[in-house]
Amino acid sequence: MTFFQELTQNLKRNIRDYGMYIALFVIFLIFTFATDGMFISSRNISNLLSQMGYIAVLAIGMTLVIVIRHIDLSVGFLAGFLGAVAAIALTQWGFPVWAAIPMVLIFGVGAGLITALMVANFGIPAFVATLAGWLIYRGALLQVTLKTGTIIIPNPSFNALGNGYVPDLPLPNFLPGLHKVTLLVGVLAAVLMVISSISSRKKKIEYDFDVSSRNMFIISLVFMIILIGAITYVLAGYNGLSWTAVIVLGVTLIYHFLTTQTFLGRHIYAVGGNPEAAELSGISVNKITYIVFGSMGMLSALSGMLYASRLQSATTTAGTLFELDAIAAAYVGGVSSAGGVGKVTGSLIGAIVMVSLTNGMNLMGIDISTQYIVRGAVLVAAVVFDVATRKRGI
Amino acid sequence: MSVPILEMKNITKQFPGVKALDDVSFKVERAQIHCLVGENGAGKSTLMKVLSGVHPYGSYEGEIYLDGELQTYRSVYDSEKAGIAVIYQELALVPEMMVYENIFLGHEIRSGINVDINETIRQTVDLLKKVRLEVNPSMKIKHLGIGKQQLVEIAKALSRKARLLVLDEPTSSLNETDSENLFFLLRELKKEGVTSILISHKLQEVMSVADKVTILRDGQSVITLNNNNGEVNEDVLIKNMVGRSIENIYPPREELPVGEVIFEVRNWNAYDPRLERQILKGVNINLKKGEILGITGLMGAGRTELAKSIFGNTDGYQIEGEILVNGEPVRFSAPSNAIKSGLAYVTEDRKGNGLILIQDVKTNITIANLKRILNRGFLIDENAEIRDAREYRESLDIRTPSINQLVLYLSGGNQQKVSLAKWLYVQPEIMILDEPTRGIDVGAKFEIFTIMNQMVEQGMSIIMISSELPEILGMTDRIYVISEGVVTGELMTKEADQEIIMRYATM
Repeated sequence: MTFFQELTQNLKRNIRDYGMYIALFVIFLIFTFATDGMFISSRNISNLLSQMGYIAVLAIGMTLVIVIRHIDLSVGFLAGFLGAVAAIALTQWGFPVWAAIPMVLIFGVGAGLITALMVANFGIPAFVATLAGWLIYRGALLQVTLKTGTIIIPNPSFNALGNGYVPDLPLPNFLPGLHKVTLLVGVLAAVLMVISSISSRKKKIEYDFDVSSRNMFIISLVFMIILIGAITYVLAGYNGLSWTAVIVLGVTLIYHFLTTQTFLGRHIYAVGGNPEAAELSGISVNKITYIVFGSMGMLSALSGMLYASRLQSATTTAGTLFELDAIAAAYVGGVSSAGGVGKVTGSLIGAIVMVSLTNGMNLMGIDISTQYIVRGAVLVAAVVFDVATRKRGI
Repeated sequence: MSVPILEMKNITKQFPGVKALDDVSFKVERAQIHCLVGENGAGKSTLMKVLSGVHPYGSYEGEIYLDGELQTYRSVYDSEKAGIAVIYQELALVPEMMVYENIFLGHEIRSGINVDINETIRQTVDLLKKVRLEVNPSMKIKHLGIGKQQLVEIAKALSRKARLLVLDEPTSSLNETDSENLFFLLRELKKEGVTSILISHKLQEVMSVADKVTILRDGQSVITLNNNNGEVNEDVLIKNMVGRSIENIYPPREELPVGEVIFEVRNWNAYDPRLERQILKGVNINLKKGEILGITGLMGAGRTELAKSIFGNTDGYQIEGEILVNGEPVRFSAPSNAIKSGLAYVTEDRKGNGLILIQDVKTNITIANLKRILNRGFLIDENAEIRDAREYRESLDIRTPSINQLVLYLSGGNQQKVSLAKWLYVQPEIMILDEPTRGIDVGAKFEIFTIMNQMVEQGMSIIMISSELPEILGMTDRIYVISEGVVTGELMTKEADQEIIMRYATM
């Protein structure tokens, strides 16, 4: 088999996995040309990642909710409400940041568990239970902001979550104009990626599994290194890694690890793949439902705080339509509504795609009405692509 | 002699790999009650599906004559128009709609574009009188018991001027009074010229109600008997139903001494609040160490309900009773508890609730006992998983290109082996196998039986639930027969044969 044949065969076989990355690449390419490179500038990419944060964490939680065949419509206003609670805790109750953040996260878990109670124990469809949550949290948000209107958050360390950057090493003469900590993180990530790829390939060879040829493997490694290098270089050219980016990366890594490496992940995907078989295999479907909705609530709280911190205030409309953005990001990222299928990393890419569309079209000065239509079309295209490739039995 | 109302001539129906009907001829005289009997899988339901157009004209060989005229149904709609009404076990009524709406569903009486409710109700009252059902026509179907619902179905059939009623095991979910009511009605309808074909497993009932009885076996019509001149008795029926010789498809097993009772179920009751029906009544069974115990019975007898409820999966039934494992009383509130006590349950429906089809072979094998491959209590050791999955693939000879293959793409026999592997991976003491050979070919059956023998040799005890009498007789040491939720017989396999079992099963 020639190298080129292997490449095309590989692409065909993994079109579902690669499709999203290719789409993202194309979107980046189009916007870069359409904005004379403004889109790909360090400043804009850095901005884009910070804008994406509060949707990305919701999309990650939503991935698991959809995997176990449910949906959560309440996350947007829950995020808005809990963002306001954080603001009140900081400004009116005099909580320090280190206490307010965990407290609000715990509130989020509690809200998620209430949803799970409705779904798992009372048998209410998740759509209805969370629609009720949507109304209730919207009302709650309006009530807590009734007297004050928008609550300004004067706390600089809280606001750094959405606006701040990881501080740099105090070496002004070494590599001036570049953010050294970011470079260091990038190099570390690349090294880790290379080591883990090589060891997993070795393991596969040991077990006689099919692996790509040596050349193919090296090419894909080089490609990944260039990708990580490019992202690192672009970010290092501005202020470096934002705290939002660090949080999103952290959440993604933790959830990716949980879903792919632990028994909990296995149980979640088993419940999504066939709930009755999972129950008969000794897995408590109720318990998984509680865990997944609990995590969704916690991530809603995180999302709300990221948003409030980015605006440096809690507004009366915070959280509007977040849930739909998160659901769209998850579907674009390859989650299947039939359950049991979908990756956390896919949803992260999905969130980047959706936010890039908004960001890029804003730079191009495209009207908001057109933006909605384009985003809708992309969502449909992504799901049609997903369904079509699945039908082919890949 | 007059033209028979129905004559089906030389019907042959092929499914991929199976000949479901093989040159069956079936003749029904006008205004009679004609019973159709046979073992599970003998072809009764397929024959009725050919008659009703579920299998359309052209998908089978042979001819159907109604009143001497060749019929070529393309769909159920055509056969209904010709006057044939089939009433299935699962009733086709809309629970949330009222009695009169259900009866005239799809054939509404109209005045202009509106439904003429007054006329509908008037006709409904007449029909209900005919079937001797005293209910308010405006009652919702869901508030009626199953017996009354059946009468509504018959009223619905009559409203469509049905001349030939086909009832597929109508009494399997009825109590005695409701059954008697139903037969009384069929006899009355007979006087008015309505012909009924009745499919039933209950021989007593067949003998009391039938004019003629046709017996199907292995897709062939064996014989048609006249009940009105004393040709029919239980022995004749059973002999003709099961009269096939048992092929030697059972691997020999070493005679091992059977040990103490290790598992016992006492006074087990299950009540279904939705159907308001007792599913299991006072069931007592025990299992001895190193034994293959058979549980058999006809469709709807409660075999699977028994297995699932023992395993801690109640499916919404109200359960009472006691379970003892090694003499210790235990309580399983969920399958996970049963697994911890050393039980395993291979379901009868591997695609529905056994396997996760969209996941690969190795994931399915390890899912019920991930503990075996966990590092530090939560991390999956992929190396161990691959090693173990390969080991089980070898030892059970699961034919798959790779343990990374999705279970979806395996054949039925290999899927069943994955199910077995999954539960062997739990290392249970007691293995419950529910219809372990359903839907798999003879070769794979033999392999499954061989695996069962190996399990017993390794010290496991097996409860084998099956409706196929030959395999129950070929594989087990001891047999319980269940009929309508009651254990009607306990037999040593050596002393049993199909006739004896059939007698208990139709009790």
